[in-house]
Amino acid sequence: MPRVKVPRKSTAIDMTAMCDVAFLLLTFFILSAKPKTQDPITAIVPAAASEKMLPENDFAAIIVGQGKVFYNIEGADLRMETLKSMGEIYGIAFTPAEINAFGNTESFGVPIKQLKGLLAIPAGDRGNVRQDGIPVDTTDNNELYHWVKETRKADVALRNTVLTVAIKGDSKEEYPKIADIIKTLQKQDQNKFSLITSLRKVQK
Amino acid sequence: MAELDTSGGGKKGGKKVRSKKQSTRVDLTAMVDLAFLLITFFILTTTLQKPKAMDLTMPDKQKDEKVQLDVAESRTMTILVGKGNKVEWYIGQPAKPIAGPTVDGFGKNGLRKTLLEKSAEVKRTQGKDMIVIVKPSSKSTYENVVSVMDELNIVGNQIRAIQDITQDEIGLLQRDGLY
Repeated sequence: MPRVKVPRKSTAIDMTAMCDVAFLLLTFFILSAKPKTQDPITAIVPAAASEKMLPENDFAAIIVGQGKVFYNIEGADLRMETLKSMGEIYGIAFTPAEINAFGNTESFGVPIKQLKGLLAIPAGDRGNVRQDGIPVDTTDNNELYHWVKETRKADVALRNTVLTVAIKGDSKEEYPKIADIIKTLQKQDQNKFSLITSLRKVQK
Repeated sequence: MAELDTSGGGKKGGKKVRSKKQSTRVDLTAMVDLAFLLITFFILTTTLQKPKAMDLTMPDKQKDEKVQLDVAESRTMTILVGKGNKVEWYIGQPAKPIAGPTVDGFGKNGLRKTLLEKSAEVKRTQGKDMIVIVKPSSKSTYENVVSVMDELNIVGNQIRAIQDITQDEIGLLQRDGLY
């Protein structure tokens, strides 16, 4: 009986299928990717059992941390529209380049008088700049009031939807600061808003 | 793994040099490596878990006094949020409370237990749901306020409001060392 010869096989594996799968996944992740937004301050949000999702767009977030207030509008067109009307209120003429730069700014926290200066800095270097927060006082100097109001107006004008206002507060923030913001929102009859929380399992 | 041509390149001699038929297989290993590297990058940079939100509805500021509704004090629980992750609650008026004032902590054996017991009691004796008024003091943190609202959501309380704290109630917190 002749011995059965085991043919020596090549060690090369066909990579075509693996490559296909890898690129399919890659395409999926690229398309579904929404890069993490870097807030100028870190706010560790409190945990709650609420499982309601935030809307993808048409929302503005007020970020509170270390006693400072930052503002973030979702959507570049909404941001640009808001800045235009804010410029009119405060009598500051923003150039088209500045409005464009603001359209690409995720969140900011400077008084409107310093906004021109902030927009002049390239986006990559803004993390190193000290931002003192948007003035929120119960007096006339309440810029946040106008920011939220103009965003709401712009949202209606652009998309005819109702803006969701969310508060993203740091856990250790003292309550009076949050109360100021709530009062600011209530002053414009915005009685319903969302508090951004992280998910916590309910202990039974 | 790239296929190498080891055949030695045809026969020698005066014959016509025949071009060797090349394999059409391309080595994809490097390409797959790159693709997976990019996948890893995109997985890590995307926010997989979207932030959750809790809805908060504040009572509309009534300019008209007539619209305001009087409610029985016996079914109104007031939760004062103090410092050091502690709350103090009472039912009725701060001067002569029907139940409490009691200092309570958070969690399932603290505030939640109280809320469940008291709302069941109010429901049983009066046939109506309990009204909860949350009054955060200036020494309380945002986390505590959210926790209280969360507990109210968990126990299924429907009627609640956040209000400003009064001087009497601050005195109550001071007495118990929560302010």
